[in-house]
Amino acid sequence: MIDLRLPGGPGERPLTTEFPQKGSMILQRTMPPLLETPMAVFDEGVFTPNDRFYVRWHWGSFPTAIDAGAYRLTISGQVNTPLSLSLPELLAMPRVEVAAINQCAGNSRGLFEPRVAGAQWGHGAMGNARWTGVRLKDVLARAGVKAGAVAVQFGGLDEPLVEGAPDYLKSLDIDHALAGEVMLAFAMNGEPLPLLNGFPLRLVVPGWFSTYWMKMLATIEVLPAPDTNFWMAKAYRLPSGPGSTVAPGASGYAERPISTMVPRAFVTNLADGATLPMRAALPVRGLAMGGDASVKAVEISTDGGRRWQAAALGADEGRYSFRRFEAVVAPGAAGPMEILARCTNMDGATQPMAQTWNPGGYSRGGVERLQVSLA
Amino acid sequence: MSAPLLLGTLLLLAGCATPDAGAPGAGLRLESVAVELPFDAEPYPEFAGGPSAEAMNNNCLSCHSGSMVLAQPVLSKAGWAAEVAKMRNVYKAPVDPAEDAAIIAWLVAQSERVAAAAASGS
Repeated sequence: MIDLRLPGGPGERPLTTEFPQKGSMILQRTMPPLLETPMAVFDEGVFTPNDRFYVRWHWGSFPTAIDAGAYRLTISGQVNTPLSLSLPELLAMPRVEVAAINQCAGNSRGLFEPRVAGAQWGHGAMGNARWTGVRLKDVLARAGVKAGAVAVQFGGLDEPLVEGAPDYLKSLDIDHALAGEVMLAFAMNGEPLPLLNGFPLRLVVPGWFSTYWMKMLATIEVLPAPDTNFWMAKAYRLPSGPGSTVAPGASGYAERPISTMVPRAFVTNLADGATLPMRAALPVRGLAMGGDASVKAVEISTDGGRRWQAAALGADEGRYSFRRFEAVVAPGAAGPMEILARCTNMDGATQPMAQTWNPGGYSRGGVERLQVSLA
Repeated sequence: MSAPLLLGTLLLLAGCATPDAGAPGAGLRLESVAVELPFDAEPYPEFAGGPSAEAMNNNCLSCHSGSMVLAQPVLSKAGWAAEVAKMRNVYKAPVDPAEDAAIIAWLVAQSERVAAAAASGS
């Protein structure tokens, strides 16, 4: 068992090795699978191994067998030439690679206070990989986008188990789809994707929450009007105001579809709640993300945020990647200690001290507080 | 020799080059995959002296595992009623309205159990 230390409980979760192509994962739900990456994995490096990468499916019906020869991606809607592309055809197109964090919109939802219903994740519904694939804009260019195209909608092979339930579909504005960064990935960290992470093909939307990174990508439809499907118009919505935060119980505020990620930082070499032997110098190490911009700085505080010390940054793997940070703090005296890590990105966005709250439990971005005890 | 060229040469030597050896993902093959997923039909726990889990087992196990419910935080009776309504109205779960009261009673008892465990520090 592992304790996610969720306020008010229940935080205990079993570890499981029962899932195909996966090592030890935190079991949130067996069907449809919700598997969380243990925090210790993030201490091993900035790239998350495929067999430890978190898993999140909305609907219980998706194929457990994929015939690589029969797989087709269709491109339809507002295009000159509707297409049905095989995997070999996609593999033959010009390839691109990007290091990018894939983070669930609801990552850390279990830590919201007051608590909200939904997948009760700790911080492990995220991962970072080198994604290899082809540009969405190149695929759309083959089909020829017609004038008047407004959005591009993506669908995967997952289906609702019950009739009439909303199929999982997400869309991006046409300008975003054609800008060049969005890709169709057939490899992560140099290997085919694990089936549970979307084999054989998933959308990669650098800097954006994973809700848009459609797994088992099978359909691309260019739309002549904004997407009004349930998963855009009703679900995965954020308050439009600053910090995506509202007062619990608030109503009548403006909303928008969730989009880009925000800066975050996580200490990874110390377990939250751990008791450590007293020492004069305590190394603190972790991972930071800039959201939709590069990590500029990470700072550490052990006095509740009054004073901050700069952490050293590790190798820069690109704007959308995790970046390692390291510092040494001086505990001073035995007893409880709270370690805060704060990220600032190149756009100047700094994590606020106040924690995010919204009823969906999305886009947590305030400074995290790791508690240890020195004895 | 640049790093990509060197890599391309190594791949050629290894006999696994593609025409664009050295490009990202060179040599990658996508083979068919078949996996088996674990199955979970674990029924909801019965609470001694509490409401029966029968309505939960009849209505709340076909779309998702019970672990999804057992992991939820403490919710009020109104909060649970809203969740049941969401499952029926939004996600089209075939929950029998006649069983709503029994479902919500069990969920409230589950929340009481979570709250008691948190209060006792376990």
